[in-house]
Amino acid sequence: MNEPTVLQAHHIHKSFHDPVTIPVLKDISFSIKKGEFVSITGKSGCGKSTLLYILSTMDTDYEGDLFIQGENMRDRNEKQLAQVRNEKIGFVFQFHYLLNEFTVLENVMLPGLKLGHLPEAEVKRHAEDRLTTLGIDSLAEKKPKQLSGGEKQRVAIARALINNPSIIMCDEPTGNLDKKNGQIVFDTFKKLADENKQTLLVVTHDPEFAQNTHRIIEMEDGRIIKQ
Amino acid sequence: MNARLITRIAKSLLLARWKQTLVAAIGVTFSITMFIALLSFMNGLNGLLDGLVLNRTAHVRLFNDIKPNQRQPVNESKEFRGSYNFIRSVKSSGGRQEIYNSGAIMQALKKDNRVLGCAPKITTQVFFNDGAVNISGVINGIDVQAESDLFHFRDYVVEGDALAIKTAPNSIILGKGLASKLLANIGDVVQVATPKQDRFSLKVVGFFQSGIGEFDKVQSYASLGTAQKILGKSSEYVTDIQVKLRDLNMAPPAAREYHQLFGVDVEDIQTANAQFETGSFIRTLISYAVGVTLLIVAGFGIYNILNMMIYEKMDSIAILKATGFAGIDVNRIFLLIALSIGFFGGILGLLFGFLLSSIIDRIPFTTAALPTIKTYPIDYNLAFYFIGSIFSLLTTYLAGWAPSRKASRVDPVIIIRGK
Repeated sequence: MNEPTVLQAHHIHKSFHDPVTIPVLKDISFSIKKGEFVSITGKSGCGKSTLLYILSTMDTDYEGDLFIQGENMRDRNEKQLAQVRNEKIGFVFQFHYLLNEFTVLENVMLPGLKLGHLPEAEVKRHAEDRLTTLGIDSLAEKKPKQLSGGEKQRVAIARALINNPSIIMCDEPTGNLDKKNGQIVFDTFKKLADENKQTLLVVTHDPEFAQNTHRIIEMEDGRIIKQ
Repeated sequence: MNARLITRIAKSLLLARWKQTLVAAIGVTFSITMFIALLSFMNGLNGLLDGLVLNRTAHVRLFNDIKPNQRQPVNESKEFRGSYNFIRSVKSSGGRQEIYNSGAIMQALKKDNRVLGCAPKITTQVFFNDGAVNISGVINGIDVQAESDLFHFRDYVVEGDALAIKTAPNSIILGKGLASKLLANIGDVVQVATPKQDRFSLKVVGFFQSGIGEFDKVQSYASLGTAQKILGKSSEYVTDIQVKLRDLNMAPPAAREYHQLFGVDVEDIQTANAQFETGSFIRTLISYAVGVTLLIVAGFGIYNILNMMIYEKMDSIAILKATGFAGIDVNRIFLLIALSIGFFGGILGLLFGFLLSSIIDRIPFTTAALPTIKTYPIDYNLAFYFIGSIFSLLTTYLAGWAPSRKASRVDPVIIIRGK
């Protein structure tokens, strides 16, 4: 595998300080190459979500170094990190977090408009492409309220894809879905990874989901025990 | 691009809660409306009340006061020059009230750049004879044209024509109160006795009403020439020169200067009518205080609504931040919401304020004391509209500041993990 490294964690430590210091992540080091479909698993409370939020640059209170496409994320200010998230990272959470005031299409377009690299018409075309790829183009003009859980999650995936991110990070993306919808979401991820060489990092406690990914990182008590 | 996107998001959030937005905007509209109407009305009243006295009062008055001579003989004598002299029972001297060389003084005044104009005047005590009764009064000999131009004399002549005292010989305009005491109508002849016991017959050509009852009971107006004739003086005789300046605040220094230059007694308007300035100032202060209080209350309304909106939109804020909106962008979105409430509410407020004040302006208001006033006075001063719009933006900005800051500091991790 001579693919470039997309994300690298280098000796990451993190502790909570309230009210006494409790270490939650201890010496986490690993890297993800382009096109990999990686899952992080572990029991509840093992620190896997905490790790994901550090990797996503939203949590900046940690020790160690985080490299995204070879660039160190330390010493960047809040605005620069927001820029990084906008351009290089796509998010899918357990809850869909769509804005109810906007249509499905507008929700998908928002991060693209924020990035501002393309004119609005172009962003709109891209957004429609993403919806078509995910098979939900018929929902473009609907409001998120009118959608089912599985549909909402697929819209969230389309939104994550809009800026062609280097990596998509997911926190329990199937946690709120039933078996059938969960399978659809998983298949969507799998297809993105296999056909589009999309890098994916998924936090999940669903062993079946994890089994079908390229690589599993298993965590326990704030350490990586197997990868 | 970014600005347009932020505007778009702010607009969607605003319209999503349009009822709340409307309530907040109505709060601003109401307070700006009241602010404008209140200030316009208050200032209209101020102008009216000040005008009662200030419009008719000379900014600087030149006259010869009756008072003891400053130069007493004992002080002039060589023998006592070195000593300090106490003089008891000094009597006022002369009683010559004429201003010497009045023609030349008026010429000099008219050349002064600070002076808008000046009007000569003769004031003399007289008795009006009405059968067996003598009623004391004052005849003011005036230059009608100058007096009208500078001190709005014609506005206060309620019956007859002011200019008639100039054209008709031996004519007089009586104060309304004085006329009713004398039972005089226009066209009647009244008998006047001067302090020197000369008698004259004057024809009544008009009535005068100043709005100050005491004043109207004693005052009457005749032309300069008529007054000079009554007193048996030459056409040079003038007892007062009234000066109107371009800038009222220049009166005290100008008065001091004229005192030096012309060797006459002077009185400036600030000294004569100090209480009017104070009254106007206090009334204006109160109206501003009420207006600003209204706006602050509206500001609290906006603060509450924005706070609620932020709690409701926590999820949206979190995902906006997760997908690449920085804290400053979120801050701007909510500030924009606050400012647009202030802007649109304020504009409507200015409009309604104008409407309300023009309605007040049409309410009939007639009082015997104020002959020139038919409706409530309104001051349509653009400055109030300017201040109102600045205030509406300022209070909404301040009301939006804290909630926006709070929104910009929302930690997406806490919101997203909390689900």
